[in-house]
Amino acid sequence: MAQHQVLSPLPGIFYRRPAPEKPPYKENGDRVAEGDVVGLIEVMKQFTEVHADAGGKIVRFLIDNEAPVEPGQPVLLIETS
Amino acid sequence: MFNKLLVANRGEIAVRIIRAAKELDLRTVAVFSEADKDSLAVRYADEAVGIGPPPARKSYLNIDAIIAAAHQTGAGAIHPGYGFLSENARFAEAVAAAGLVFVGPTPKTIRTMGDKATARATARAAGVPIVPGSDGEVGDLDHALAAARSIGFPVMLKASAGGGGRGIRVAADETAFEHHFHTAQAEAAAAFGSGTLYLERFLNHARHLEVQILGDGNRAVHCFERECSLQRRRQKVWEEAPSLAIDDATREALCTSAVRLAARVGYRGAGTLEYLYDDDTGEFFFIEMNTRIQVEHPVTEMVTGIDLVRAMILIAQGQPLELAQADVTLRGAAIEVRINAEDPDSNFRPSPGRVSTLTLPAGPGVRVDTMLYPGSVVPPYYDSLLAKIIVHAETRELALARLRRALDEFEIDGLVTTAPLHKRLARLNEVQTGRFDTGFLERLLTA
Repeated sequence: MAQHQVLSPLPGIFYRRPAPEKPPYKENGDRVAEGDVVGLIEVMKQFTEVHADAGGKIVRFLIDNEAPVEPGQPVLLIETS
Repeated sequence: MFNKLLVANRGEIAVRIIRAAKELDLRTVAVFSEADKDSLAVRYADEAVGIGPPPARKSYLNIDAIIAAAHQTGAGAIHPGYGFLSENARFAEAVAAAGLVFVGPTPKTIRTMGDKATARATARAAGVPIVPGSDGEVGDLDHALAAARSIGFPVMLKASAGGGGRGIRVAADETAFEHHFHTAQAEAAAAFGSGTLYLERFLNHARHLEVQILGDGNRAVHCFERECSLQRRRQKVWEEAPSLAIDDATREALCTSAVRLAARVGYRGAGTLEYLYDDDTGEFFFIEMNTRIQVEHPVTEMVTGIDLVRAMILIAQGQPLELAQADVTLRGAAIEVRINAEDPDSNFRPSPGRVSTLTLPAGPGVRVDTMLYPGSVVPPYYDSLLAKIIVHAETRELALARLRRALDEFEIDGLVTTAPLHKRLARLNEVQTGRFDTGFLERLLTA
């Protein structure tokens, strides 16, 4: 079982939902395809989508919703089978 | 009376407020998030209290933590600055309920003027011209469409609880209107907690003018206008005073209309009434009021000699306004440019980071409001404003020359900034002759 880490492209605040009252883009255990949106990063009030750069099954998110992230920090772990 | 002031903000405005408070011999308290522990505001304040982790919701928007910091330090008053909690009536109420002074208007005024629909109704009642619009919130699509037809297209759909240019959509015709209506409702509900919308005529070629007000609850004066038409994504990037677009008679009519509205609500503190101005017809229309100090307040300070932040604090201490309207006079011309941590060559991509070297402009007629110092860290969590370079001279032409000189002196490494955009603007023919509207900068950037 190969595991892949999706890294944050930017510094900022990580959001798992498109809006506060919306459900998360993805949950632990969900399947993702390469290119799927898995979160948002807010940098100086601008929002950038985070995309999965590999397909597979999400083992778990490594950053909480609304937590700070650094560039290159792993955001989630994907099992690429 | 209070003798210790807590500043519930960060960045350059926190520094600005601490400076004014110190000049009044007040003790100062800074509050800071974990990302701002080495900030200039923390260094300049007499005391500093950590109020939480970096995300604003957990620190600078945390009402309980801010009020606890005031109690802990014995501060008697809270200045909210701009942004964050500055126009939050609930915060102003919580400050008063905690036995503290809120440096700003009453919660009732914040509510009345903060809700765009009630603000319009209040303006109308005060005899202040308003943009043709829906006279309050529109209900369902049928009613909204009927209102849009009578206002005339193009029409703007605006969130009643919106602000700062957010929550606005423009519909060119009925088809576009139907298309935008439900999305605008959903967006407003998501962003502002209320899905109610109102409508306004969209003026194609308008200037953004605004009038600075000071009031003590009984009496108000204006401190003339600012011209803020140079905007990108409805965010101002360059502000100046006076406006080249209006003559003295229009200036008098515009500014006295603002005083009428301020007087009607018994305004207390510093406030700004924003207007659209139509160059073709010479008409001006009130659009909204900001019940706080604004980013671009130094422009007014330079041309009037009035320290607006000092005046706010004195009013909050219960002192009556010392100024009569005749005491407020215009001298020369002032321009402010906003230096943001954004890359103008890369679609204004944010550029947080550490400042390695820094040279700020100085010399006659130059003022720089900033929180930067060599080695300071600009965190990614907040606004991108780094510094405001403000110049003042006897004429606008001299002010422009001074601005070009000041921008040439400004050097920063470690971050990418919008300074090159301002160097370009300061040399443009249209800017030198003052021929621009609120769409000018975006047209320039996409050309």
